[in-house]
Amino acid sequence: MLNVQIDGVWLQFPKGTRLIEACSQAQKFIPRYCYHPKLTAPGNCRMCLIELGMPKMGPDRKPVVGPDGKPEIGWIPRPQISCAQDVAEGMAVRTDSPMVQECRQGVMEFLLINHPLDCPICDQAGECRLQEFSVEYGNSSSRFLERKVKKPKNIELGPRVTLDAERCVLCSRCIRFMKEVANDDVLGFVDRGSFSTIACHPERVLDSNYSLNTVDICPVGALTSSDFRFKMRVWFLKETKTIDVNDGLGSNITVGSRENVIYRITPRENNDVNGVWLPDSHRLNFKYVGASNRFKLPQIKAQPVDWRTAIAVAAEILKAHSSESIAMIASARMTNEELFVARLLAHQLNIAPERLDVLPRTGEPDGILIPADRNSNTTGAKLLGVSASEPGSHLPGIAQGVRSGAIKVLICFEDATKCGMTAEELSKIALIVIDILPNATSALASVLLPSSAWVEKRGSLININGRLQRINRAVQPPDQARDDWEILRDLLTALGGTNSLNSIEEVFKLMAGEHAEFAGLSLSKIGDLGVPLSLTPATATLQEAAN
Amino acid sequence: MAYIVPRPKLTFAEKMYLPSIVAGMAITFKHLKRMLKGETKVVMQYPEEKWDSNMPEHYRGAPTLVKDDHGRERCVACQLCEFICPPRAITISPGEIPAENKFAKVEKYPVEFKIDMIRCIYCGMCEEVCPEQAIFLRKDYAITGTSRAEMVNDKEKLYEMGGVFDGLIHKWNPKK
Repeated sequence: MLNVQIDGVWLQFPKGTRLIEACSQAQKFIPRYCYHPKLTAPGNCRMCLIELGMPKMGPDRKPVVGPDGKPEIGWIPRPQISCAQDVAEGMAVRTDSPMVQECRQGVMEFLLINHPLDCPICDQAGECRLQEFSVEYGNSSSRFLERKVKKPKNIELGPRVTLDAERCVLCSRCIRFMKEVANDDVLGFVDRGSFSTIACHPERVLDSNYSLNTVDICPVGALTSSDFRFKMRVWFLKETKTIDVNDGLGSNITVGSRENVIYRITPRENNDVNGVWLPDSHRLNFKYVGASNRFKLPQIKAQPVDWRTAIAVAAEILKAHSSESIAMIASARMTNEELFVARLLAHQLNIAPERLDVLPRTGEPDGILIPADRNSNTTGAKLLGVSASEPGSHLPGIAQGVRSGAIKVLICFEDATKCGMTAEELSKIALIVIDILPNATSALASVLLPSSAWVEKRGSLININGRLQRINRAVQPPDQARDDWEILRDLLTALGGTNSLNSIEEVFKLMAGEHAEFAGLSLSKIGDLGVPLSLTPATATLQEAAN
Repeated sequence: MAYIVPRPKLTFAEKMYLPSIVAGMAITFKHLKRMLKGETKVVMQYPEEKWDSNMPEHYRGAPTLVKDDHGRERCVACQLCEFICPPRAITISPGEIPAENKFAKVEKYPVEFKIDMIRCIYCGMCEEVCPEQAIFLRKDYAITGTSRAEMVNDKEKLYEMGGVFDGLIHKWNPKK
């Protein structure tokens, strides 16, 4: 540990700590534009200037000790940047001296010289570092009388990112992100002096699947999301901390919604899962939640009915058939709680394990964040006994049963036509479909029960690395659509099973009683960042390196 | 606890009511005489006669949107008035100005701008918060309608009420 003096207080930091981070840990925030903890520090914005000192050395090369027994500090007469500097033994910092204040004021004045006064239309307004630091450290008026430099505006750098070069403070965060994290060196500076601006390399576009992260890390409104551009001011958005469900990693995200409409999804820092990044494909995949063709009412043979009737008819169908002729295709995108109640229902109906499975989804891992498993809760489905030990391995058997007529009732959480069955085969059996959007299977459903999308419900998921994480409700489900676990509970009750499950907390409690992995946990104890579970090798999926 | 109200003992004259009637009629004729002589100040004959000419300069009537002397709609849909509005009377849907428009440099405009005049409390916060000098409280005070829908002023109505405002700052003009 190294001794560092910050604003007159001696503190200890491990070797290799950046000075700017050390100051932050000491509750002395230093403003910065170019510095980002996950990227290299080029030190080009000059906003983090501080006054630096080292212990005075005597002629014997020993520190000179002052009357208070502490080493005397020799202050460097000119300011230093704190972002590209590691702490050293005996180092001293002044983060708020008159010289530092004057430096910040000067840097702010230079940055604002050519900055347009378009905060009223800028999407960054409200979360803009330039706005915040201008209030905190800047001047109240401009002394600049000359002509402002004109730069290109409204430039499409790629399919998802729009650049306004006049707003850019040339911090180079986006350039470094594309080079160091996205492994796609596509951005750079062109032109010189006041005319310097960001541009793509010749004949290249910013079309990486991680391009929207540059919008997140842009400290000003220079890079904006073409999708979110001019849609909603950020201060209106209700921020719900939840988990991405597009792949097995379960990236931590924040859903921004207003009046039951989702406007954007941004990554949330969790260094054990996704760092601070999120792929574009995942963050833009929310439009279907507000689609007008979402199921709003339960249906019996495409006729809308009320919930009581729908559940009663579904229960009649299930009661009228022997347990050997019933199968269930659950989903590895369901939450643990839903999978657990689905398992209770399967027990109640005596569905044998070989007639119970989930639909696996795989893809090519991208080597950055996206793993091969594209289902959000494969580990949970395995752990709770809903999935086969190799997910999807029971599906051919179920398809065979449907074809031969051995299976007469299918409870479906997925599109069964993607599980090896044709629409013609499915039209001959009774289908109980629990889904949110129309597909080939729901069109044939005997009973259709509308459920909730992932942003409309609470629950827990286990990612590929065995981390238990919590999803939260950002918006309400449309009309009469209900939580999946409630639908399953009602079916269970109608079939003579338990009706003592009244809240999702009770489901979790019952689940924790039966599965030791959840012992001592509850939905609230999972917290925003999740907890690692100790899983047996049989249930643990492949451990993949994230970050 | 009930208690008995003592009734006043009335004299015969009081019981006949005549003195009171005479006294009342005396006042009436006194006013008639003053009115015929033109000494009485009569109330304004609303609605035949309107308040408009007597309105003080600081009067806060209905909020309206204005265009400037270039014919540009001042509002850029920053939604600050929607945010500040205490009774949440304002609803704005922002949009992007198409590139071929002559004011395309401004980039953003309100596709729809609604003020619910049932909710509006005429506080003037929207005018105060506006960074674009786009919304002004005018002197319209007789805001009536026969249905709730009719009481919602849409963009077209707001510009019709607001009209053109001269002498505003032109910050969106090309940089000098």
